[in-house]
Amino acid sequence: MSVLIQEDDFDLASELTTLRSGNSKVGAMVSFVGLVRDFSHDETIESIYLEYYPGMTEKALNKIIVEATERWSLINVRVIHRIGQLFANDQIVLVATTALHRGEAFAGCEFIIDYLKTAAPFWKKEQTREGSQWLETRETDVKRMEHWHNDTVRKSA
Amino acid sequence: MKIELVYFGRPREHLKISRETADVPAEASTLAGLLAWLRLRGDLWAQELADSRVRCAINQEFAGLPAPINEHDEIAIFSPISGG
Repeated sequence: MSVLIQEDDFDLASELTTLRSGNSKVGAMVSFVGLVRDFSHDETIESIYLEYYPGMTEKALNKIIVEATERWSLINVRVIHRIGQLFANDQIVLVATTALHRGEAFAGCEFIIDYLKTAAPFWKKEQTREGSQWLETRETDVKRMEHWHNDTVRKSA
Repeated sequence: MKIELVYFGRPREHLKISRETADVPAEASTLAGLLAWLRLRGDLWAQELADSRVRCAINQEFAGLPAPINEHDEIAIFSPISGG
């Protein structure tokens, strides 16, 4: 289980190789990569700037991972979140999980990215030709997070 | 009562401050009281630190406006989060 916050890009293939290495029980590996979109609110995004709260952000991410491992039997988890200035199509975030079976790997990965969106302290500023603005937590992200509190969902996977 | 204040996101940029040590009066012993006290610093502060526009953490845990503040706490004031 590991969390990394960095300015540098990451290499998906090598991250996944490391994540699965040394454990022949791993039967499923799921990864989610978030990218900088070049459109938001109908304006062209030139770049985004991301900042975080050193100390608290790592703690919050580790807490999310612990919660995921309590709900599903995950063998390993890797979260990498980039900060600083990023451009369209850049990778922002990686969430990768390994498990015995795909159900747990899928659910754990989705849970972690959904929680990260609403519970990990990151701040994102979009730079467009019109100027810049700090983004607020999106209502759709809050809905996705809340859906994990639903009892039927809680018992699934 | 001395506390550490850290700022992130929109208020950090607009108020041009990322960290300070503040000596706060007794009435600022909750997050709501602290924000009200900081808003007295001027129009820009009043606007940026409106209760509806900021979120807070105490010692690196999210906390609501009624939460009490203690000596030497690290209080973070920030705009709503948006990661991923």
